[in-house]
Amino acid sequence: MRIELTGAFLAISLLFYCLFGGADFGAGILEIFTGGKDREKQKELIAHAIGPVWEANHMWLVLAVVILFNGFPKAYVALSTTYYIPLTLLLVGIIFRGCAFTFGRYDAVKDGSQHYYSLFFKISGVMVPMTLGMIAGGTFLGKGGKGDFASSYISPWFNFFSFSVGLFTCALFGFLAAIYLVGETHKAELQELFTTRARTFNVAAILTGLLVFISAQGEGFPLASLFITKPLSALSMAGATVILVPLWLALKSRRHFLLRGLAMVQVALVLAGWFSLQFPVLIATSSGAVTLTNAAAPEITLKYLLLALAAGCLLIFPSLFYLFKIFKYPARKDVS
Amino acid sequence: MTEIFAARTQMAVSLGFHIIFASIGMSMPFLMAVSHWRWIKTKDPVYLELTKNWSQGVAVFFAVGAVSGTALSFELGLLWPKFMELAGPIIGMPFSWEGTAFFIEAIFLGIYLYGWGRVPGSAHWCSGLLVGLSGLASAFFVVCANGWMNAPAGFDWVNGQAVNINPWAAMFNRAAFPQGLHMALAAFTAVGFAVAGIHALGLLKNPKSLLHRKAFQIALLFGSISAILLPLQGDRLAKRLAALQPAKFAAMEALYQTSAPAPLVLGGFPSDQGQTVRWGVEIPGALSFLAHGDFHSEVAGLDKVPAEERPPVAPTHLAFDLMAGIGTLLALTSLFALLASWKKPAWLLDTRFLKWTVLCLPLGFLAIEAGWTVTEVGRQPWIIYGILKTRDAVTSTPGLFYSMLLFTVLYLFLAFMVAWLMVRRFRHAD
Repeated sequence: MRIELTGAFLAISLLFYCLFGGADFGAGILEIFTGGKDREKQKELIAHAIGPVWEANHMWLVLAVVILFNGFPKAYVALSTTYYIPLTLLLVGIIFRGCAFTFGRYDAVKDGSQHYYSLFFKISGVMVPMTLGMIAGGTFLGKGGKGDFASSYISPWFNFFSFSVGLFTCALFGFLAAIYLVGETHKAELQELFTTRARTFNVAAILTGLLVFISAQGEGFPLASLFITKPLSALSMAGATVILVPLWLALKSRRHFLLRGLAMVQVALVLAGWFSLQFPVLIATSSGAVTLTNAAAPEITLKYLLLALAAGCLLIFPSLFYLFKIFKYPARKDVS
Repeated sequence: MTEIFAARTQMAVSLGFHIIFASIGMSMPFLMAVSHWRWIKTKDPVYLELTKNWSQGVAVFFAVGAVSGTALSFELGLLWPKFMELAGPIIGMPFSWEGTAFFIEAIFLGIYLYGWGRVPGSAHWCSGLLVGLSGLASAFFVVCANGWMNAPAGFDWVNGQAVNINPWAAMFNRAAFPQGLHMALAAFTAVGFAVAGIHALGLLKNPKSLLHRKAFQIALLFGSISAILLPLQGDRLAKRLAALQPAKFAAMEALYQTSAPAPLVLGGFPSDQGQTVRWGVEIPGALSFLAHGDFHSEVAGLDKVPAEERPPVAPTHLAFDLMAGIGTLLALTSLFALLASWKKPAWLLDTRFLKWTVLCLPLGFLAIEAGWTVTEVGRQPWIIYGILKTRDAVTSTPGLFYSMLLFTVLYLFLAFMVAWLMVRRFRHAD
């Protein structure tokens, strides 16, 4: 019971990291596509939207890592050994993004260096979801194995399937960012622009999602039939598809809060589908899976971890609520 | 370069980089809270300007601290998987609390930095204070884990397996509290003197600036109080250390032979071949007093430690003397500063004292780096004292040299960037 509960906390942390932290990286992806006469206004909107919240949003990842190495140390070890290279790239991306954003915001002199901050912000906006997706894809597929360097440390994550999951993650994060940004402004032309972006990235998510299925077949992994055998995954999958209808209707009507809610539910359903498909495996490997059960720490450790997490929730959720109430509700005033 | 050396270098670079930003992150909110409080009470606009100036400078340090801290939580596993597999279940609990504290810190930092004009005054002030308190808590939890590496507790070691795990006892190991307090005081001292140094520089350029004067006073007072408490607390830590980790204690004091009474050796070059310290200054009996509070007591030397379990003596000893030397210097400066602010406040604004404070600017951070060198190098060859050796904890992933190179270049670049941004900010403000 404690194992499943701890696993649930891990899943929720990852989910929230995608929903909130993911959108902050997605904003970096969207910045790549800024242009035209509104270019500076678009960038400014992005900066104002993520400024107060990105550090808090980022903490879901820290929480997930802590749960992993405290509650499931063997999984943490397996992950950090096999995925040494993409994890290092992920960290470099995380460091770049945080620094580039803050340097740009707090540089006392606004000159040509802003261009480079923006460049690093965009690069890391792609780098982080890409590596995150590749690692996630790898833990699911479990390719590679003991042997030479390539099969131990490269092929688990550097394959067509992982690459597709990486692209899919980029699309999802960009989609979330676009949806959130629509509600961040009252300016009609910016709303219009980010609505179009949301549509584009939603289509991209559908296409890359299909690519995930195709590439899985290509790797000899029957993903589609697996979905059918697990009712919860199939349901989540169906839900994520059906929700497209109200989502696109809401995009037309610009009901921002409904829109945000629907987008979040859609991404949550995608993740739920993945989680239930993978459950109880944390990291698949060719030499046997690392599961919640065989990676779990002793009962007493889990007991204290769960107590800490429960107490943590009591502190974190009201504080987060306060943060979002100040900066995200009602929709923020426009930047002049 | 061997794999283990690369791993140790990457860890040292990452920790050495992060600790600067973490120290600033947990100390600056308190300085800002003082200035902010004065603004609320006096409505003197200088305090508002100062608070905003500080918070804008500090925002950069916070962000770099947050991302480099995140990197560390992964690097522990990337570099030392066997350590984490053993330590995770035992000492993971303070990390799970640290996660919460870190989270709260990030949330209220956002509220504080972006809350001007959006959040009511008192709530805004409290947010700033919460950033400091949670930063402090988070530092304490992390140091608890480091304390456990020095003084393992909360499990029984049976045939190379940890059994009867007690996370509570592990967290409150005997090194946790004194080490945590030492770190907090050291951070306060370093940051207090660094900020005082920056504003002393401002005062030298622009003696009439009210902003620099107020900032200098707040920072100097903050740094001075901490710097005076620090050696008193450090002495207690040293006594605890002498009992818990005699090998580290002997290495940092470069005591090769067990002696009664034992002399305190200042500086010099320890030579492992000759088992002596060349060109050091000896104070007879002083080490006995420092270790046990008695000038004639016996102090265990490195000869009590099996040869293959001795830490590298020279770096440990020199780092310790550097740290203690700086600590003494800053404590004496602080005594003068406190005395002057009580009797002759004009002395503090004297050009000579201002120049002296500018010289002190980097010293506190240098001492922090030296102190962590003592803690970490002095524990070698162990990663968990007496339980697991560092060489047995390192990852099997090959090619660590490249990841070490990557992080070293990255952190050097970021250190340069932050320094450049601060210089730009400082120039722009004038």
